[in-house]
Parts: sequence; structure tokens; C-alpha cells
Amino acid sequence: MSRPLLETRQLAVEIGGHYVVDRLDLSVGEGERLAILGRNGAGKSTLLSVLAGLRPPAAGAVLLDGEDAALIPPRDAALRRAWLGQFQSDPFGSSVLETALTGRHPHLGRWDWESTRDAELARGALKAVGLEGMEKRQIHTLSGGERQRLAIATLLTQAAPLYLLDEPLSHLDLNHQMAVLELFAGTARDCGAGVVMVLHDPALAHRFCDRALLVYGDGETCCGPVDDILTADTLSTLYGYRLRQLDDAGRRCFIPE
Amino acid sequence: MPSRQRAFLILCGLSLLAVASFALALTVGSFKVAPGEVLAALFGQEGGAGDVVMQLRLPRALAGFACGGLLALAGALMQVLLRNPLADPYVLGISGGAGVGAMFAILLGWPVLGIDGLAFAGALGAMFIVFGLAHGDGSWTQTRLLLTGVIVAAGCGALVALMLAIAPEHKLRGMLFWLMGDLGQSSNWWPPLLALGVALLFAMPFARELNLLARGMMQAQALGVAVDRLRLAIYLLASLATAASVTTAGSIGFVGLVVPHLVRLATGNDQRLLLPASVLAGGALLVLADTLARTLIAPQQLPVGVLTALIGVPVFLFLLSRQPK
Repeated sequence: MSRPLLETRQLAVEIGGHYVVDRLDLSVGEGERLAILGRNGAGKSTLLSVLAGLRPPAAGAVLLDGEDAALIPPRDAALRRAWLGQFQSDPFGSSVLETALTGRHPHLGRWDWESTRDAELARGALKAVGLEGMEKRQIHTLSGGERQRLAIATLLTQAAPLYLLDEPLSHLDLNHQMAVLELFAGTARDCGAGVVMVLHDPALAHRFCDRALLVYGDGETCCGPVDDILTADTLSTLYGYRLRQLDDAGRRCFIPE
Repeated sequence: MPSRQRAFLILCGLSLLAVASFALALTVGSFKVAPGEVLAALFGQEGGAGDVVMQLRLPRALAGFACGGLLALAGALMQVLLRNPLADPYVLGISGGAGVGAMFAILLGWPVLGIDGLAFAGALGAMFIVFGLAHGDGSWTQTRLLLTGVIVAAGCGALVALMLAIAPEHKLRGMLFWLMGDLGQSSNWWPPLLALGVALLFAMPFARELNLLARGMMQAQALGVAVDRLRLAIYLLASLATAASVTTAGSIGFVGLVVPHLVRLATGNDQRLLLPASVLAGGALLVLADTLARTLIAPQQLPVGVLTALIGVPVFLFLLSRQPK
């Protein structure tokens, strides 16, 4: 049994002097998919950015392949985990292909330029998110959903074994929401990638993830298999709104009362 | 798709432009020198027209090229650091600090070396003040850095205006020329050229990381860039490059803002190409502008800063209007 891709030990996350996550022990192994759910401002994104090494933890440690992430050089860490942020701002122009190619950065030496193989990988990733034939488009001409899919393609180009996705479905229409979730489920199944994603739809979390982590925002968290943890009761408490659960052929749906 | 081959071709083209600007700068002037004589002088023949070329025009052209290159490089770096297309080398108050130092030295009647020294000290002073204040709590965001820089620059501007107001008549012309930027006052050509070489040498290995930084700090960090260290390094590098140029030739405007944009419009925003191309284009532009500055109404000389703007503005507007919407 290999070491888990991602582990946290007694992890605490702080926002403005307030602990939103406290003493969290978590582990994500190969092929595992974990959903993070919680209210707005509960600290889901902040937790994810701590997991991605973009913020230092208030206490505890994040481990990648059993090594303390704080001690791994940044380029090396970028080969082991990829992070999708919520916002993409582009003050300078760039083409779609150039943007997707930025994912190759950690794989290239200091003086290397992107090779044709890198370009093939980037084109493959663009095709996977349905952006083929748009390589030459300027990014500021893209729609919000297309820009989001380009960010996902950049992530696929990075080809790390662990994906940390902050609201991967934002700006996407229904068709592309399902396509993106299928894509990462497939990556987890076929390539053994670990996927951690912040989601807002418990039904999609139930369908596409193995486990869920509920973040209450007061330091308390709760983690378990989706079948056990994504129920009307727990979710009603989590969101502070009564939900009713409908079951259909093994899938769950939650309706606000 | 960025490729080495394309970058090489573009840089070759710009090198030719730089060589052409030197050829013009060496032959044209109030004293006509034939191209043959220029070549002879360059290859070591002494006497006659050669002395004008070797002792006056060549050092001045070299200093001009170095300053133009430094300003364009500093501008390109500042635009990435602040992730703001409107940033230029002077936005963070470096030239303001140098201006205060230089005005003070001129006011005291110091010699050229003293003016250069105090200007450089002023630039470094502004750099440390801005950095110290913006860094304050350890997290220096672009907005905070930009605001601190703009305010320090405004303060320096007020001090400069104060000194202009109390300066005696006969010193005013020298002070104004310094402020507008003028290569006639540069005493030495090798320090800025050396600074340019060193700055480029330090910047180029990080060019691809700068590409990522321009897209966002978080994204860059997630892709394996040590963002804090890199930003500190660019800040110091861009500030020192600006200080070197301003000390040599005063605050020549416009080159640092517009040359990186011109190059970006023409070749794209890949720093691996943008940085060296900006250096060549900025250097060539300043050499050309300086040649015009000393020939247009010869024997009188114009401040070169005025001409860089007069050449740059229409070229920039033309390129901007040609861009596909």
C-alpha cells in the first residue's frame, strides 16, 4: 500500500483570527474523490488553499506522499498537486494555447521552451474540455464558462496526481458541469488521481465522490462516506435550511422544503 | 505557440534596428562625418573626424542605448510586478527620489559626479522607503505597493517643485533639463551599460516564471513559482535598473511605459522574448531620439525626453488602432 497522496495532521485553518477548521485529520489516496461542502464563508476555499500550499496552516501539517509539504520545493510540489482557483484575472492578453501551456511549467527546466510534445498535451487537454479549434483565440474573448474550462485544461496539462478544485463547476452550463465531473471521475478511475473538490450541490457530490467533508465554519468538521454523511439531516444542519431527500436508483436528490 | 526560432528571428531584426540607430547617431550631427570615416575611426584610425565619433558621439550613443534599454526592461518588469499595464519605471517613486537628490546637488552647485551620486542615493532612498512602507505587515499586495509608490512619488514631486521655486535663475535651465531627461549631461557610458548587462543576466533565467506571475500570484505559486522571493527580486532589479538610468540621463519619460507595450503588441506577452526585445527596442528608440534631439535645431540641443514622447506617441497609437478589436 503506497502512501496517501494527501494527508493532514491536526490541521487548523484560520481566517482573521478565527479558526474555521481545527484538528482535521484527513487522507486522500489514489483514485479517491472527496467533496468539501459548507456554507458561504465557512472556509472551504481557504482550507483548499492551505492544502494547495498557498497559505500556511495555523497549526498542524499538510503531507504530500508522506512528506511535509512545507519542506518540498515549490516546483517539486507543483508536480504532485494541481490547484484550480475560483478567479482568473488576465490583465495581459494571451492565446488559449499559451494559457494551457502554462501548466507545463513545473515539468520544464529553467531554459527550456515548450516542445511539440508539450503542445500535444495541451491540445489534448483542450479537446478534453471541448475547446478544440480555439487554440488561437485571445483569452479575453472567451465567455465565463469557456474561461473556466480553459483553467481546467491548464490543470490537466499540469498532469499532477492530485487535483484540488475550488468550485470547478462555476460558470458552467449543465452539460459541461456533467462533462467536467465525468472527466475528473475518469481521471481518478483510470489514472489513479486523487480529486478534492469544493462543491455546492450535495446531489452531485453524492454521485461523483466517495467521501464528503462537511465544514461548519466554527472549527468543526465531519468526514465520511457519501452514503452515510450526505443525508437530509446532516445537510439541513450544515446549510441551516430544511432539506428533503429523494432517492432514485441509488442516486440522491435534495430538495429545499 | 511560443518558439525559440521565432524569438531568435525577432531579436535579430531588432538588433539590426539597434545597429542602424548607432550608424545614424555616429554619422549625423552638426559636424558631418562620412560613413567611411566613421568605420575607419571605429577600427582604430586616429585623428580628424574620428575624434568626434570616438570621443563624443559613440560614448553618448552607448549611454543612450544603455539608458533606453534599462528603462524598457524596468518598465516591463514593473508591469509584471504590479500586474498593471499602466505601470512604468517611475510609478514607484524611484525617479522622484533621484530627482530630489539631483535638484539638491545642482542647487548646492555640486559637480557632475556629486549630482550623479546624490541622484543615485535619492533613488535608493525612495526604493527603501516604498519597500519598507508597503511591506509593513509582511504581505505586500500590488495595490498597496502601487499606492505607496504613487504617494512617495507625489511627495518627491513636491520637494522638486519647492527646489525649482527657490532656485536662482541661472541654475533653472540645468535643473529643467535634468528633469526632462538629457544625455548631454551623462559623464560615463560604461556604468549604465554594465548595469543593463547585469540586469538582463539576472532577469532572463526567471522569464518563464514572470509569465506565470503576470497571470496571477496564486496561479503562479500553485504552478511552482516561489512568488514572494521572485517579486522581491523583480522589485529590486527594476528599481536598480531605473536608478542606474535616471542617474545617467535624468528622468527620460515614456520609454519605460511604451516600449514594453509596443513590443507586446507586436510579439505577444512572452517575457522570454519581451524582455530582450524591449531592451533592444528601448535602446534603439533612445539613440534615435537623442540623435534627433541634438540635430533638429543644432547647435542648440533639445531634452531627449521630449522627443521620446513625440516619436513614441504616434507609433503607439498607430499600433493600437491596428489591433483587432
